[in-house]
Amino acid sequence: MPMKIAPEQTFNERVQTGLDDSYMRETVRSAQERLYTNKSKAENDLGHWEEWRTLSEQIRSHTLENLDYYLEQLSDNVVKNGGHIYFAQTPEEANQYVKKVAAEKEAKKIIKSKSMVTEETSMNEALEEIGIEVVESDLGEYILQVDDHDPPSHIVAPALHKNKEQIRDTFERLKGYDKSSKPEELTQFAREQLREEFLEADIGITGCNFAVAESGSVALVTNEGNARLATTIPKTQISVMGMERIVPTWEELDIMVSMLCRSAVGQKLTSYVTGLTGPRGEDDLDGPEEFHLVVLDNGRSNILGTAFQSALHCIRCAACINVCPVYRHVGGHSYGSIYPGPIGAVLTPLLEGYEDHKDLPYASSLCAACTDACPVKIPLHEHLIEHRKIIAEEEKKTSLGEAYAMKGFGLAASSPGLFQMATKTAPYMLSPLTKEGAIEKGPGMMSGWTEIRSFPAPEKERFRDWFKNRSKKGSSS
Amino acid sequence: MTKGTMYNREAFLNNIAAKLGRERKRSGVTRPIYETQPQWDVMADYSTDQLVDVLKKQCEVIHTDVEETTMEKLPIVIDSVLKKYGAEKAVVWDDPRFSAFGLDSFLVREDVDIWGEAPGRENIRISEQADLGITFADYTLAESGTVVLMNGVGKGQSVSLLPTYYIGLIPLSTIVPRMSQVTRSIHKEAEAGRRVPSCINFISGPSNSADIELDLVVGVHGPIRATYILFDDR
Repeated sequence: MPMKIAPEQTFNERVQTGLDDSYMRETVRSAQERLYTNKSKAENDLGHWEEWRTLSEQIRSHTLENLDYYLEQLSDNVVKNGGHIYFAQTPEEANQYVKKVAAEKEAKKIIKSKSMVTEETSMNEALEEIGIEVVESDLGEYILQVDDHDPPSHIVAPALHKNKEQIRDTFERLKGYDKSSKPEELTQFAREQLREEFLEADIGITGCNFAVAESGSVALVTNEGNARLATTIPKTQISVMGMERIVPTWEELDIMVSMLCRSAVGQKLTSYVTGLTGPRGEDDLDGPEEFHLVVLDNGRSNILGTAFQSALHCIRCAACINVCPVYRHVGGHSYGSIYPGPIGAVLTPLLEGYEDHKDLPYASSLCAACTDACPVKIPLHEHLIEHRKIIAEEEKKTSLGEAYAMKGFGLAASSPGLFQMATKTAPYMLSPLTKEGAIEKGPGMMSGWTEIRSFPAPEKERFRDWFKNRSKKGSSS
Repeated sequence: MTKGTMYNREAFLNNIAAKLGRERKRSGVTRPIYETQPQWDVMADYSTDQLVDVLKKQCEVIHTDVEETTMEKLPIVIDSVLKKYGAEKAVVWDDPRFSAFGLDSFLVREDVDIWGEAPGRENIRISEQADLGITFADYTLAESGTVVLMNGVGKGQSVSLLPTYYIGLIPLSTIVPRMSQVTRSIHKEAEAGRRVPSCINFISGPSNSADIELDLVVGVHGPIRATYILFDDR
């Protein structure tokens, strides 16, 4: 299945691989700290962060409640602008359409900017099967592609698990690179290599951060400029979006982009925020002559109308990933999905079913740091509890004791007050497993890593409070 | 203009409505009155001078040089930035503001190409070969250090993208607090049924990436250095 990473391994085996990779763990630790610090600074600079979150949640919630209306408006406007829009229920349908366009254009080379949705559909492989060369142009994605299609481990910084020496070696071995491991030189090399590819490409494929219903536009939020190149030079542009990535008007786009940039990388705006509306005008001399938008469902509609609907509010900023203590230890590949971290643990079982991902809802300490970090207020840890409840109660995949425990959690999670109380009491409830404040024998997923290290028991101070106090003090762990 | 096409919409949207547990909504949806709108409070009462200060400070963060000058000295300052970058070829928009701000003599320089003077895609090649691209800002955002470019006829998007260096010419009359003011004006256009420009770029400094060990590298696929030239046109 396209969303999976290392499916030949079990969850515990992947976790073990992650734990054994001390380089990766150190990189992830420092990346998390840096991204968290940057986001906090951006929040403070902006001020009234909670108000911005409230507004963002309201926008996302309204849009999803009226998704059919806004997608209809979007599609009417795309067509009015002279563009083509294809609604794809499955990855196969999406790939089939893109292959059809590529065949009509007799495309030999396609340049891509970063898109998680096309990772979801394995679009590159589908295009390569019909003999088209597909080049990833996001620096991180390019590094992964050159390195024999290594899967991404973070949704914003896909090559986070690699260090610069590994990247230099890869470029040296496969691209004839002969300079140092300095990021500046490696980046300059990628710029030169990719500029040629852009000029030769027949089609540019992009993702879509947000579509704007009122004008039929697609907004791309980037720093490198590769998405701009992919939509400026090739004669045909294809953008692929998850069906929930839409805002009603440009006014909501402002809010969502403001939150995305700050939450993802701590920037006020990324270097490029580009709004593209249809193909070029008749007298324009650059930009695509043809514009195609592919809207993908792939299981998303099954989340509508359920207790998990707010998971579709996600704007893919990775703020939850950047604060997750479990991600910090096990890394992105452990989740076995292109969507790692808390949002991945919530989303992946929803999109692909519990069967292959029943461990994911347990890849969490339920500390709720993810929920606090989310710019659109998705109650991520409550969704994880809901998953556990479903797994325990309805699918009977865990022991009877677990099932009873989950019943209790479900009740508590239905009320914020009760839940606060439950997280506070958790340290005491877990006490049978702990020894001098550390858990030495963990249940389920935890056992994979308590074998080599003790998992700190929940402190009497809740993680959220602890983390806030900690960052105020400015000390490192 | 090519004729647009649509595939599979009805079944797709019917399914969404069914999953939401209701009939299709084809009309009557209005945006809610948002209970909080903090975007309008940001720098709401700032004067242009205060906004310029915010902009200059933000430019330090985004690795962008700033020059401040008058309309009279504009040609000299532009020339000095060309020299700073060692640029031998520049490409500029075909924009009436060059004339309006006294830059006619700059446009006829041998080392300056004007977007659209060559036929078709040749313009892309010229921009790719140029060392430096120059455009005016249609709006400028103080908060994020952003020039907003409404691309279109005469205003190719390649000019701010393909050359190695970029100069944004910023008339002070274009400065607003943040993105909200610009998106509201685009929204008004769309609401009135007018087509918005096919490419609108919000550009905040040179391109960059932190994909290698999260170390910031300035200069990836777009320009590797950028200068904003502010001048008072009021």
